[in-house]
Order: sequence, then C-alpha cells, then structure tokens
Amino acid sequence: MKLANQIKTISIAFFICLAATNVSAQVSYERILNAQDEPENWLTYNGGYKSQRYSQLDQITPENVTDLKLQWTLQNQVFGAWQSNPIVIDGIMYITERPNSVMAVDAITGRVFWKYRHVPAENALICCGANNRGVAVLGDKVFMGTLDARLVALDRITGSALWDVEVGDVDLAYSVTMAPLVVKDKVIVGVGGGEFGIRGYVAAYDAETGEEAWKTYTIPGPGEPNHDSWEGDDWEHGGAPVWITGSFDPELNLTYWGVGNPGPDWNAGQRPGDNLYSDSVIALDPDTGELKWYFQFTPNDAYDYDSVQVPVLADIVWRGTPSKIMMWANRNGYFYVIDRVTGEFLEGKPYVKVNWSSGLDESGRPIPTPQPEGMPTFPGNQGGTNWYPPSFSPRTGLFYFSAWQDYATIYAPEESDYEPGRAFLGGGFSVLAPAPGAPTIGIGRTNPINNWTNEVGFASLKAMDPQTGEEVWSYDQFDVSDSGMLTTGSDILFTGGREGYFHAIDARNGDMLWNVNLGGQIVMAPVTFSVDGVQYVSVISGHALSTFALPH
Amino acid sequence: MKIRISRIARLWGLSTLPTLALSALIAMSTHQVLAQEVGDHQYTSEAVEAGSAVYTQQCALCHGPQGALVDGINLRIGQFRTVQSDTDLRQVISEGAGEGRMPAFSLRPEELNGIIAFIRAGFDPEGEAVRIGDPIRGKALFEGEGQCADCHRVRGVGPRTAPDLSNIGTISTPASLQRNLLDPATALLPINRAVRLVTRLEETIVGRRLNEDTYTVQVIDSQERLRSLKKVDLVSYEISDEPSKQPTTMSSDEVADVIGYLLTLRGLE
Repeated sequence: MKLANQIKTISIAFFICLAATNVSAQVSYERILNAQDEPENWLTYNGGYKSQRYSQLDQITPENVTDLKLQWTLQNQVFGAWQSNPIVIDGIMYITERPNSVMAVDAITGRVFWKYRHVPAENALICCGANNRGVAVLGDKVFMGTLDARLVALDRITGSALWDVEVGDVDLAYSVTMAPLVVKDKVIVGVGGGEFGIRGYVAAYDAETGEEAWKTYTIPGPGEPNHDSWEGDDWEHGGAPVWITGSFDPELNLTYWGVGNPGPDWNAGQRPGDNLYSDSVIALDPDTGELKWYFQFTPNDAYDYDSVQVPVLADIVWRGTPSKIMMWANRNGYFYVIDRVTGEFLEGKPYVKVNWSSGLDESGRPIPTPQPEGMPTFPGNQGGTNWYPPSFSPRTGLFYFSAWQDYATIYAPEESDYEPGRAFLGGGFSVLAPAPGAPTIGIGRTNPINNWTNEVGFASLKAMDPQTGEEVWSYDQFDVSDSGMLTTGSDILFTGGREGYFHAIDARNGDMLWNVNLGGQIVMAPVTFSVDGVQYVSVISGHALSTFALPH
Repeated sequence: MKIRISRIARLWGLSTLPTLALSALIAMSTHQVLAQEVGDHQYTSEAVEAGSAVYTQQCALCHGPQGALVDGINLRIGQFRTVQSDTDLRQVISEGAGEGRMPAFSLRPEELNGIIAFIRAGFDPEGEAVRIGDPIRGKALFEGEGQCADCHRVRGVGPRTAPDLSNIGTISTPASLQRNLLDPATALLPINRAVRLVTRLEETIVGRRLNEDTYTVQVIDSQERLRSLKKVDLVSYEISDEPSKQPTTMSSDEVADVIGYLLTLRGLE
C-alpha cells in the first residue's frame, strides 16, 4: 500500500533513449553451442544441440520436490492442444500460441511483455491440428515457422517483425509446425504436409536477411542417389515431411533430422520401393545441406510410422568403446542405437508389441510380416511413440520416453489419386476396440472422461538402457500419453500425460515422487530454468502454462 | 503397496483374444453401423456411398471411423457443437471452424454433398434396416415384462445404477440398441463396466465405473452415490467383463417395439 501511495504522474520528461544497442539481448551461436553450461536458460527446443532435455539444475531434489508450489499460470486464449515448447533467456520466456502467435513473458510472474500475431493464410491446410511447437533464437531475434509455410523473424525485445519469407507453397499444403533449429548463422526448418502429397525438404535461411541458403529434398529427384527407391512419378508426391526439430553435432558438423511417412500413407502397394528417405534419419551438412548419410527405419511403410522423433545424441562409452551414438525410440515400435558418425546400425529391439515385422536384420532393416486384411497391426497408427521429445540423462545413462502399450490399428488401404491441396492418404484405418462402436483413442484428448479406457491402449513411460537396448523400468498410466520428458541434475524426471497429471519421478528407479492434477492434457515436455538462484519448472497442461518452484 | 487390479468373468486382454472373437469384435467398420431413423433418405444412396469414401479419406483421421473422436461432436448420430442445418455443415466443412481446429476443406460439390449425405445417413452406406416397432407397445414392454425399468432410469423415474436412458435416442443408433438387447456382452462399453472395490477400511463398494485415471477411479455405487476413490486406498479392484443383464428373451417384434420406444427418448427436446 505504501508504494501505491508513492506512484503519481509528474510532468518531467525522463530520458529513456540511453543505449543504442543492448548487449544483453545477444544470444550468440557460442552461447547456444554451450547451452549445457548455462542451465539457468533453456536456449533451444530440446535444451541444447544434443537434444537430451537434461538440465544440470539440481535445487529441486527427490527429497524436496513435494514442496513445489505453483508460482504462476498463463492462460492460452485459443482452442486446441497446446504443443508449444518455451524458450527461456535471462528470465524471459518465449512461447507460441495457436495458430501462430509469439509471446514474451516474464518468467517469474507470468506477465506478458508483448505478443506478436501472424495470421496464417486461410487456405493453410494442416492434417492434425493447427500446432506450433515453439521458436528458436539467435542474436536479438526470435524465429517462428507458420502454418502457411512461412518463416518469420521478430525483434526479441520489441516483438516486431523483421522479415517474413516463404518456406513452401501453401496452395500445395506445405506448412511449418516445428520450432526452427539455429546453427551458426542459419535458421533451419523442415516442412509438414505428409498427408497431402507434398515432397518434403529441409531448408536453411540466413538469420540476418531471411534469404534461402540451401534446400535439401527428403525425396531424391531424377539423377540423384536413391531416386530408384521410387517408381515412375511417385516421388513427386511421396510425402516424407520433416516436422520435428533436429539435432546438431558441432564436431562432426552434422545436423540430424527425422523424416516422416511416405504418401499416400496407408497404401504402400501404390508406391513400390523403399521410398527413401521417408521414415529415415538423415545427416545434413548445416553449411550446404549436403546429405552425408541416412538410415531408414521403415522401408515402404504402410502404417504411417513417421520417423519424426527427436534425434537424441550422446557421447558415451558404448559396450567398452567411447562412441558418438544416437538413440531413437521409433514410432514403428523398435528402439535403436545408431553410430551418428556413419549412420551405422548398432542395436535395435522392440519396446512394445510389434507384429508388422518379426525383427531386424544385422543392418537394422526390418523383416516384414504384414497382417492379413482386417487383422490388427501393432503398434497402431499413432505408433509405439511419436513426436513427443524424449530425454537422456548422462547421470543415469538412461533414455526416457512415452510409449503406447497394447495399442493396435486395422488398416484398410485403398488406391488414391494425388490432387493438389487435398488429403492423400491411401485408405483409412480403425482402432481395435473392445466392443463395436466403443470409443477409441484419438489424436488428442478433449473429453474429461476416459471412455476409451486402457483396454485400447495405455501409456508406459520407459527407461531404456542404450547399452542393451532393453527397458530398465517403466511407469504405466491409465490413458495414453503424448508427454515429453525432462531430466535434471538431481535425478528427477518430470513428465505428464493426457490425464493432466504433472509427474515427478525418480529417474533412477521409476518411483513416483510427486504429482499434481493440472486438469488438461500435457502434450509437450516440461522445461526448467532458474532466475536469481531459484529453479523453476514449467509445464503446459490443457490451456494453461504453469510454473512451479520451491518456496523462496 | 501395490493393489491388485483384476478383471473377472470373461477375462481377456487385447493381446490374448482368440482369433474368432477378435474377428467378431473388429467388425466395426463404418459399414456395420446401421441407422434408420432418418427415414426416407433425402440423399441418394449413390451420394451416401460416395460420401463414405470421401469421409474415410478426408475426415476420419481426426473425427475417427465412428465420427466421435472430437469432444462434443458425434457425426454418426448427428451431435454437433454449432451445426444444425445441412447448410451449417456445408459451411463448417468449406470454411473451417474453431480457430483452425477444424480446417477448411476445398471439396468438389458432389463430394461435399456426399459427406453430408453420409453423415445424415448415420454412417450407413448400405442402408441396412433395423426394425423399429411401436413406441407405445415398447414403453409397456420397457416398464413391464422386458424388465428394463428394473435397472434403467427414464425422465426421473427408476434406479440410477444402470445408465440413465432419458436421452438414449439422441446418442445411440437402432443398430446399437438392438445389439445391446440381443447381445449385451458385445455392446457393453468398457467405461461402463461393473466394478467391485475393497478399501483399506474394509468397505466393499460395488458399482458402475464412470471414469478412471492412473491414480483414481470414479463410480456410482449400488446406493446411487457418486464415489471417487484413490487407488492407493484400495486393497482390491475388480472389473467385470460381464454385463449385468442377459440377452433378452423378448420376441423380435417386441425388441422392435422397445427400440421404437427408446428412439423417442430424446432428453428435453
């Protein structure tokens, strides 16, 4: 009350034009390169170039986590699943909101400094929700991809647009839903549209001007290597989108990108061949876009097994040898360990029931066992896992992710013709249900009643040992989960699920430490940061972004 | 402490289903759902059939094969958020809705027409008929020898332990009502299963499941009380696969009459 009495309007000018350039606004490439050394910030989509979603912060411990208190909540102003990942820089959070807004938020109070609205073109076409998964930063700029396939740069301090360039043709259903990846002086994005017969690509733009630096198609054209993995003109509309942020190894100078399904989705017979580089991980030179290697998880995919999972990198002693590995729990139901220098397959084992394939050969290629017509395929259409970000803790040596257990789909492939800007799916599917007409799992959850129940599938948080490819422990939930993972320097694993519980789990053994019902589906990973010596953890549930800390 | 969560009666998991039973259960494609209350289709059967194909290609990914995957919307039985007329439907499909949650689709006129026809036909591209009898006779059967009213409540009358049927005519189809009467075991929705819970305080609660998550379960118990239990407070939790009722012994004419009555139960309409 005392302060309020002191606030008054006076007629004296204050000289506020003091600094020509604000040095603190600069987020240099070097800072991003060494993001793990400033755990008070969350500088990239996956918390650093290795995409481990591991933070050294350790103020919140297994012992005191039950003391966590809600600090603030930011309410979303729009409908739909909120899949955005916050970036936090020096106490300021950058978060996107559907369809394509960006907000700068005070990370201590949750109050908004500015909001930028990009209104996507009316004919933007998105298969599975008008999602945006967040921004990237470099220098004094923030970058966002848009549903109408544009890339926008904003001033990080004022929120005003600096440039706005076309990434893809919106009339052909190209879109961008991922958070961009900044490498050196370039902003790199991939395109969505795999359900609409696009030809996917990854493209890089000059961070200063927005000028395109390179563009690498995920489907090789005539004369390029592996073009013969397609027949006729199938490659022109073969999908292979890239809609999840990649990773980067600065020593190898390679970026890694997960590539989505071939099109049409479910009628593999319509596009004979391996359909490269659909359902693959590709390694690209960030300076030129040149393809250095690839590894395909699911050749000639008939099940929509996008490989859009986050490539998680680690430098560990693997079976006795110091190794640069990549860990990958794939939508197709197998967990892989890959040599990220060469792309060589090291290990791969199923982590859920798999019946579309009877195993992997020594090169990692699946042995196909397609199911008879009308019979269920495991895992189902949404996969054993999907795009939700995993975590790797260097402390425990374990890889954590959300799996869908006992979930199956019955596919009904059909011949379909490509037409620009229209769904190109090649048939349909239904989900195995316990009773005719019973509700089955959908892409998201908006009903507060779980009327599909665990009988059509449920979440299993799995902790995998990359040394063996085996599960060390798991934590089941009644509903399925699209939640990502966060691990900390105090061995806490933070995650969520569709039920709206925000969980703190002991990363070492899977013990439940604390949970709170936030009431809405959690469909992104939590992040952690610190300001003035206080560790915070933020998570989005339903339409609210909530931030917790210990009493301070 | 880990509680025992078991399934009693016909205990099966999805992965262990015998093939025969499985093939029966998976007969859940759009072809199987029947709808008759629309009476004379105002759309041609060709339009309905064409709409079925367009629906599968364009709509089923989000709305699901049964049209019920988006909360508050059940296309098959005509439940919408805002749509009333066919013109409304046409507008939502063509222009989108819900801040981009429902995208705009550019469809050819005959495709748009087909989708609306398919939705209005209750997802029944083949037009198979379920016999619908006399509602007045059906009401008498429902309340009398059919013994439905022994467990089901209608418009404020009857017990609450089985699902309240006051608006069943707006949320079910003739085919699913028929299945429910003739073969209740295959019609029982998993969320509605009967449960028996024993608490640490040695209270036994028998009821019908209303909702469940990882840590809690919500039921209506045999005393018609809404109960929410934490699983950590339970020593046993059993879920029955058996419906509480047997297949009806009514004649086919009587079944048709009861279905006719149930279809008139449309809430406060």
